[in-house]
Amino acid sequence: MKWEGGCINLRLVLKKNKHILQKIEEISGENVFACYQCGMCTAGCPMVSEMDILPNQVIRLLQLGAMEEVINTRTIWLCASCYTCGAKCPKGVNLSRLMEAIRLVILREQNQDYVRLEEMVKESLPQIALISALRKFTA
Amino acid sequence: MKEMIYFPGCTLKTTAKPLEDSALKVAEALGMKIKEMPQWYCCGTVYSLAQDDLIKQLASIRNLLQVQTTGHNEVMTLCAMCYNTLSQANLFVKKDKEKLQKINQFISEQPDYKAEIEVKHFLTLLKKVGTEKIKEVVKNGLSGLRIACYYGCLLLRPKEVGIDNYEQPTILEELMEALGAKPVYFPYKTECCGSYHTAVKPEIVARRVYHILENARENRAELVVTSCPLCYFNLKDRQKNIKKIYPEFKKIPVRYFTEIMSQALGV
Amino acid sequence: MRIGVFVCHCGRNIAGSVDVKKVVDEISQIKDVVLCTDYIYLCSEPGQLTIQEKIKELNLTHIVIAACTPSLHGVTFGRAVEAAGLNRYLLEIANIREQCSWVHQHHPEKATKKAISLIKGALAKLKNAQPLKPIKVPLTRKVLVIGGGIAGIRAALDIAQGGIEVYLVEKTPSLGGHMAQLSETFPTLDCSSCILTPLMVEAAHHKNIHVFTYTEVKKVKGVIGNFKVTLEKKPRYVVPEKCTGCNDCVDVCPVIVPNEFDQGLGARKAIYVPFPQAVPLVYTVDLEHCLNDEKLIVCEQCFKICGPKAINFLMEPEEVEIQVGAIVVATGYELLSLDALKEYGGGEYEDVITSLDFERLASASGPTGGVIKRPSDGKVPKRVVFIQCAGSRDPEHGRPYCSKICCMYTAKHALTYKHLVPDGEACVFYIDVRAAGKRYEEFVQRVMGEEKVLYLRGKVSKVFRHNEKMVVLGVDTLSGKSVEIEADLVVVAPAIVPSKGTQELAKLLKSPVDEFGFMSEIHPKLRPVESVSLGVYLAGAVQAPKDISETVAQASAAASKVLSLLSHKEAALEPIVAHVNEELCKACRLCQKACPFKAITMVGKGKKRHAHVEEALCQGCGVCMAICEEHAINVAGFTYEQLSTQLRALLEDKIDGSEKAIKSG
Repeated sequence: MKWEGGCINLRLVLKKNKHILQKIEEISGENVFACYQCGMCTAGCPMVSEMDILPNQVIRLLQLGAMEEVINTRTIWLCASCYTCGAKCPKGVNLSRLMEAIRLVILREQNQDYVRLEEMVKESLPQIALISALRKFTA
Repeated sequence: MKEMIYFPGCTLKTTAKPLEDSALKVAEALGMKIKEMPQWYCCGTVYSLAQDDLIKQLASIRNLLQVQTTGHNEVMTLCAMCYNTLSQANLFVKKDKEKLQKINQFISEQPDYKAEIEVKHFLTLLKKVGTEKIKEVVKNGLSGLRIACYYGCLLLRPKEVGIDNYEQPTILEELMEALGAKPVYFPYKTECCGSYHTAVKPEIVARRVYHILENARENRAELVVTSCPLCYFNLKDRQKNIKKIYPEFKKIPVRYFTEIMSQALGV
Repeated sequence: MRIGVFVCHCGRNIAGSVDVKKVVDEISQIKDVVLCTDYIYLCSEPGQLTIQEKIKELNLTHIVIAACTPSLHGVTFGRAVEAAGLNRYLLEIANIREQCSWVHQHHPEKATKKAISLIKGALAKLKNAQPLKPIKVPLTRKVLVIGGGIAGIRAALDIAQGGIEVYLVEKTPSLGGHMAQLSETFPTLDCSSCILTPLMVEAAHHKNIHVFTYTEVKKVKGVIGNFKVTLEKKPRYVVPEKCTGCNDCVDVCPVIVPNEFDQGLGARKAIYVPFPQAVPLVYTVDLEHCLNDEKLIVCEQCFKICGPKAINFLMEPEEVEIQVGAIVVATGYELLSLDALKEYGGGEYEDVITSLDFERLASASGPTGGVIKRPSDGKVPKRVVFIQCAGSRDPEHGRPYCSKICCMYTAKHALTYKHLVPDGEACVFYIDVRAAGKRYEEFVQRVMGEEKVLYLRGKVSKVFRHNEKMVVLGVDTLSGKSVEIEADLVVVAPAIVPSKGTQELAKLLKSPVDEFGFMSEIHPKLRPVESVSLGVYLAGAVQAPKDISETVAQASAAASKVLSLLSHKEAALEPIVAHVNEELCKACRLCQKACPFKAITMVGKGKKRHAHVEEALCQGCGVCMAICEEHAINVAGFTYEQLSTQLRALLEDKIDGSEKAIKSG
């Protein structure tokens, strides 16, 4: 895990990020505190080798309220929405929904797309690839 | 057998035409009556996981509404992504009647969607037909061809819409066995291929698919079959990307399961 | 009638919402209420003393106590009024706490009105109350213990040593249960058989214990003090008295099948003893796998070779009827089958085994003679991965509970493996390590620190085969890395579930089970060994997952409850039972069909035919009362008259719709 500074002042961080956390729980419909950090999601995630922080760490940081750390990761954009995490979770927490909620909160706040059309691959793709990528990565 | 209404989806009419052609021929050979929906639109490709983004559900609901107007209460899809998107959207409005009302109000010029449709995938219908009947119609048995049956994600997950057990599915293997092939042990059959990352960062997909195909090859597979057009693209067309990263990689053939079926049934 | 009404404040619990003074004023004005007073804590000693003094002083004949729920202090107040000379069934308790002040905290005015109504209801019910005497039932000084594992054996021994006869019934051919399958027990690492067999032998030879193995409980009738139980002795086809245990029959038997005692990793013949230290040491023919069946004999090898002629293929199941005063259920647990754990292969991989399988591999008397071998190729594994929490702590699959013993036995297995294979590597995937018992934490720390077993914090997502190895894909959340291990052997710790047949047995005993199938205790903290059904006691894992120390403690606790019960000559049952008015009864038999306890029979002939309630069986549930169209059957203390007058009094102050209900009812 590479982040600068190992200390979180929990009182300040929770106070500051309370509304974002509420929004994330609302959009996803998931209870972040149901997770007991067993790591099943990470163990099953197909994209984990490409990620900078692990899927279970994303939800851990949400539990701690550390939004800055989560927003600046590559992890949330590498999610492939394959639902493996949600299917395997023993507590029934659907991490794919939480990832989507974090992405949406960022896209809506910043009103900026994660990818631009020019950056996309210039070869003949099946429509579903193009459209789903655009739906996931644009505001 | 009663008539089944069929939702093709955009990709099946273009890049995945072989899937549709072979599937319809197979259906005919098995005595299934498939009729394409008179009016359909793109389903939206991916189910939006947000609870409050109702606009993104419209595409799917509009299509389900079209099915409702035809008078059928079941619709069949061939594309795994369409299946997943339509099923999840359907489930969403079935569970939350308030949101359904909001959506109905928005598309106020059409009749209300009553959320009484069931979305089915072609594989479920084939399972109902039964392997016995399929065996009867086989003309060119596949003589023990070693096939790796790749499911991908969207047919099996989330659990509420999955067509088979998400850890150990057997529906494709049973089908291939009925055709005379020999499905191999393939533990990576439910691993994600990388999906839409292929449009943005194809190297990720290449690395992912490399592991999947190598696993198939280790288990002595001669052919990989799949059901989803995106998986097909990622597994097949990205093999050239894999060759760039892992030069010693040898290509392995990839087909739609319906193409194999149509070959075996001689249609 | 001279009624005394006592209204309790319960500190602020009642007085906080209900205006007690107002209640006292209103109630005092009712006819026949000689005294209405309040007190701060009626359940306290001075409180009870006040009630008793007033009874004597004012010659009170009936009492109403307006306080908390009767299920909390009903017995306390009952005893108090009896000590003052009053029959406790002339005491009525109005619940103005749980049913009033606690739920209407924000509406004090309405709460006060409701409290008054509730007390008026209690007064009305009292008007038709009758004094009742407890029903005495004789106690049979014999006990049935179901289950011959360590729990059953310990309970049987304790009860037998108290001078009471015990029938110890076990459905497998030998005593011992799962403890006999274990190699060593944590944390002392005692050899399990060595500490268990002396107890098994003692139980078999004790003059007060009758051991029935290969026997099941078929029917249970009756009530505490007088259970009539029908046992079915399954046919062994071997006459125990003649068998000398020479083993000749086993040598000639042509059928080889997997041995259940060895978890299927070893084999046995169709005629067998489950393990060498079996008690009783009698052979059993497993007719399902034997070449013969009930109608046709094709193989007589064992029969011919048996010197004492102990084999008899004509044996039939034998029914035995016993009468006991109490029953102890000690039927134990089993492990969740690997079929339910599809992420670890669902049972299709030979080299993914359960913890009990590992015990048999490690056991010196096991199928591999105590050498750890891979089931697939028999080689000694050099790297073993242990997976905890497989199926437990999993609300998604209906098992949210923790199975309690897996953390400890996994540590023990890792240690055993390291001792048997010194150059081997062991890893344990865990979410938490629960080591709460005496010297348990020290044991786990020893396994981690001195035996150098690698503990990885995280779950395993998938296990699959790759060449000759099993690949384990997991994660270590502490270091933030996903982990891939190529193991030779994977040992999984499956969830603990109640043993097969527990559900059916619980039905026979009319004892409830919880949502996971474990039998329910009356109170998990204060009464853990008593089942809700009177006279049925619980011991061991049948009640909840637990280890051997706790099982033995519970078994002794159950034994002490039994001994205390049977130390009397008779038991006194509550007289809240149904009675039939023979004049009104039209013998329609609806009550007989409805009674869940089969307590009603029809007696008499012709016009005089009527229903009859067996008092000792009746539990006072009232279903018969509800279904009887003639109001001919009534539960004492809750008669139709009492309940309808109570209802009228409760609704006295209401208007409109409720008037209709009162008029028609």
